[in-house]
Amino acid sequence: MPQTSAAETATGATEDTAFEIAVSTRNISKNFGEVEALNDLSLEFPLGQLTSLLGPSGCGKTTLLKIIAGLLEPTSGEVEVNGQKVTGPGPDRAFVFQDFALLPWASVIRNVAFGLELRGVARSEREAVAEDYIRQVGLSGFENAYPHELSGGMRQRVGLARALAVDAEVLLMDEPFSAVDEQTRRKFQEDLLGLVQDQKKTFIFVTHSIEEAVYVSDQVAILLPRPSRVSEIIRPSSFRGKGVDNIRRDPEYLDIVDEIWTSLRRYVE
Amino acid sequence: MMNRSLTLKILSAVILFGAWEIAGHIPVSFAFPTFLESMGALMRMMGDGTMLDAYAETLRPLAVGIAISAFLGIALGIWVGLSRFFDWLFSPIFIVMQAAPLAALIPLLVLAYGIGLTSKVLVVCIMAMPVIVLNTAGAVRNTPDSIKEMGRSYLATDLDIILKIIIPAASPVIFAGLRLGISAGFIGAILAELKITPTGVGDIITYSRSIADYPSMYAAIFSIILLAVLFLNLLERIEAVLFKGNQLGYASD
Repeated sequence: MPQTSAAETATGATEDTAFEIAVSTRNISKNFGEVEALNDLSLEFPLGQLTSLLGPSGCGKTTLLKIIAGLLEPTSGEVEVNGQKVTGPGPDRAFVFQDFALLPWASVIRNVAFGLELRGVARSEREAVAEDYIRQVGLSGFENAYPHELSGGMRQRVGLARALAVDAEVLLMDEPFSAVDEQTRRKFQEDLLGLVQDQKKTFIFVTHSIEEAVYVSDQVAILLPRPSRVSEIIRPSSFRGKGVDNIRRDPEYLDIVDEIWTSLRRYVE
Repeated sequence: MMNRSLTLKILSAVILFGAWEIAGHIPVSFAFPTFLESMGALMRMMGDGTMLDAYAETLRPLAVGIAISAFLGIALGIWVGLSRFFDWLFSPIFIVMQAAPLAALIPLLVLAYGIGLTSKVLVVCIMAMPVIVLNTAGAVRNTPDSIKEMGRSYLATDLDIILKIIIPAASPVIFAGLRLGISAGFIGAILAELKITPTGVGDIITYSRSIADYPSMYAAIFSIILLAVLFLNLLERIEAVLFKGNQLGYASD
């Protein structure tokens, strides 16, 4: 099938273009007891770009993200971030959670400053930083609100501000927009494109939405289950510079979405 | 809203005390005084200092027992909740303690610790501690994994996770356990005074009953219930101040 040939050309392409690599995973395997979640998976994430991990449920994309975060230990293989081997969570990586993972008893500003609080930054200093990021994600005026007083979208903005506040070089996002409504999600996707451009950070983005992956990514890695492997790496090229409003109409965008669906459909029950 | 809840509280008190007054007049029993007679006895005993002396005596084992149960109970509960091994080691003890018929075991306590303060404090602790330990342990065990994971990914140490995530997350259930434990402690304090040596409020109850002064007996019972209710309300206030966001609901709701 074109699967293997696609994988070959894709890896060939990455080598040719030679981006500076921020994060690389080498021969990662992960077993949960008898269950094999990841098997000998290698993938590279270019610096300053957004890479999506896309695949059907059960393909191990969240497991891979948590291994990169240092939250899970791989059974074998290793992860390097900026040339440093990952042995656990580190200051170079920040995580955005699918269910937001906010502290319900803490105000917005304390939640945003929580990463800095854990690093021992003085209160006035960390609150100044937090206020700045609260403003950047558009939540000014909600500093002293509690999470339950916010909508789902606003809660995820808090989660995003918390991740930005620790100023890590790599942002790990685990289906960050899947728990917010469709309109908010579109706004988030547009904002994310701006963020990738402004922040000069490396983004690793897990999603199960094909459209979302193609829309926001510089590089889409398609993971397939049983055994878990990278089947294809797609780099959309032509529509990135054309402005957020034109992406969804772009022929290349539509072709890629279609192509991915064709290769994924037989893995979906 | 505040006014409505206050009105409802007053209304329910009026209905309860009215029913008591009527029941005393019927009378349901020769040994059941009316509400007003009981309140009269309460005023009299408060006036002549009997009540004050009695509470000075009763509050000692109660306060010591509750303080021990609260601190030791929460600490043990956190420990039991965090470690499967300590769960295996300690949980059965507290489950047995909770189920044991304490009144029947008091003679054993007296045999071991005498009739002094120690035995009474132990009775309060045996009543109060199991529910505090078991509730705390359950709450600690049920802390959502996602916020613990969040803590780890933002470089929290194990101590940070316990102090800044697990304890605040468990606090509503810990406080619920404290409320139940403390009310059980009040029962324990009176039980100790009835079963070990008649002192304090227990003495008023025993003595008044023996001379058929039922209004005084019920006044003493009423006063201890009142004190317990006031104390539990205070605890609720403390909780509301300490964990403001918690009482208003969870972010994952």
